[in-house]
Amino acid sequence: MRRLVFVVLFFAVLIGLWQLAVASGRWSAVLLPSPLAVAEYLWSATLDGTMLEAIWVTMRRLVVGYMIGVAIGLPIGLLTSSSQMLEDTIGALALGLQTLPSVCWVPLALLWFGQTEGAMLFVVIMGTVWSVIIATDHGARTIPPIYARAARTMGSEGLHRWTRVIVPASLPFLVSGMKQGWAFAWRSLMAAEIFVTILTGFGLGHLLHYGRELNAMDQVIGTMAVIVVIGLLADRIVFSPWERFLHRRWGTNLGNS
Amino acid sequence: MSEQAPDRGTDPAVDEPKLVVDGVSKWFRTPRADVHALDNISLQVAEGEVVCLVGASGCGKTTLLDIIAGLTRPDAGRVFADGQLVEAPGRQRQVMFQESALFPWLNAYGNVMFGLKLRPDLSNRERHKIAHDFLELVGLKKFARAHVHELSGGMKQRVALARALAPDPQVLLMDEPFAALDAMTRDQLYEDIQEIWRERRKTIVFVTHNVREAVCLGNRVFLLSPSPGRIAQVFDIPLARPRDINSVELASYAARIAAALKGSVRAAVSE
Repeated sequence: MRRLVFVVLFFAVLIGLWQLAVASGRWSAVLLPSPLAVAEYLWSATLDGTMLEAIWVTMRRLVVGYMIGVAIGLPIGLLTSSSQMLEDTIGALALGLQTLPSVCWVPLALLWFGQTEGAMLFVVIMGTVWSVIIATDHGARTIPPIYARAARTMGSEGLHRWTRVIVPASLPFLVSGMKQGWAFAWRSLMAAEIFVTILTGFGLGHLLHYGRELNAMDQVIGTMAVIVVIGLLADRIVFSPWERFLHRRWGTNLGNS
Repeated sequence: MSEQAPDRGTDPAVDEPKLVVDGVSKWFRTPRADVHALDNISLQVAEGEVVCLVGASGCGKTTLLDIIAGLTRPDAGRVFADGQLVEAPGRQRQVMFQESALFPWLNAYGNVMFGLKLRPDLSNRERHKIAHDFLELVGLKKFARAHVHELSGGMKQRVALARALAPDPQVLLMDEPFAALDAMTRDQLYEDIQEIWRERRKTIVFVTHNVREAVCLGNRVFLLSPSPGRIAQVFDIPLARPRDINSVELASYAARIAAALKGSVRAAVSE
């Protein structure tokens, strides 16, 4: 309860400072809208459905692309962890491509797929898959070898060992990797949506883009706030509780993952 | 698999040892040097016997246990279990590890079930019953649903013991299983191990650096000297069971072995 009070107080002060800056009149209202103007924009955009529509379009792209990315990345990461040769080849490729900012995939995606949903998905998948591969590989390598040894003495070999021992043992690291993949996917999708207009759906990135085109700063700031809140919710509701739960039960240290 | 153990007597049912370690040597190749871990180790363990391997750390006793388990291949020599050449881990030889090797994604019951599920000859009902029987045997009936991180160190090793015993192995290989436990927990476990051994007559190879522990549990104690690991001396422990680790007779045996252990380490250092 005390924590909640402090949190509310903190954000109230933040908005108060913002309002003070607006009231000082040093900046034009076009560049710095008041908190109330942003709230009004969010309210009207919610009422006329544009905001919910944009959230829906963006989340659909994100979730579909992310799931495909994880479905590709997890098995590849497990494979690279099991063989030095695959690690030296596919692992190195994944590491290299992970360092590539995912917005760099946008020109290629446009040329390959045109201004389609396919291009959006491609960028999200490229944003997700490499970091999931690397995190999975790292996780499967970090598990204590004693688990595999114990499993072998009990007669667990081959596929059984992979599905019943290696994967569950590396689960805390897999979730950390999936969280990281989510963050990369989210960033790459926003970049793609700002750069590319796709007629099949206007996402949050497009709202930002048109906010700029129309000099509608209330729309820009309001959309940014929505993007921040979605990111926070995904972390607080989906990933962090899982991560904490797994690391506690597995007895692995959350500090260095 | 067709190779036979050496020194097989005329009446194999009586004379054949449970385990035969025959001239086993092992080197570890590190970037800086080849470490000679084990040098020509030969020993035999009779059925139902408890053999303890003691030695200073680095004498290769854990490596020897791994080789007997089939987890590590020797560079020279062979291991036979029931006259069969050991080439890989087998269900007849279960290992209880030094640190907790319990699977944290399973509860206590799930851990004991892990090995049982790999036995196709059992029905699910039988597996369930066996798992519960062994959890009861180690005194953790109430903790079947407890997760590993909720158990104390002693309870974890009890679950590990139940997990190793449940698939009904002929041989139990124990690698310093109590080293990380406090003295009171350990004393209780010595009693429990002896009780279980009395009831089930498992053949046990027990690795430890604790001489008292070795005397308390072993019919024979093999003293290994380090670098390279060799059998320096073998001690028969004819004390009656159950043995109390704090008894005076036990302490006098332990003192003799401890003195020999010191000598073997000193000899290795001056070599």
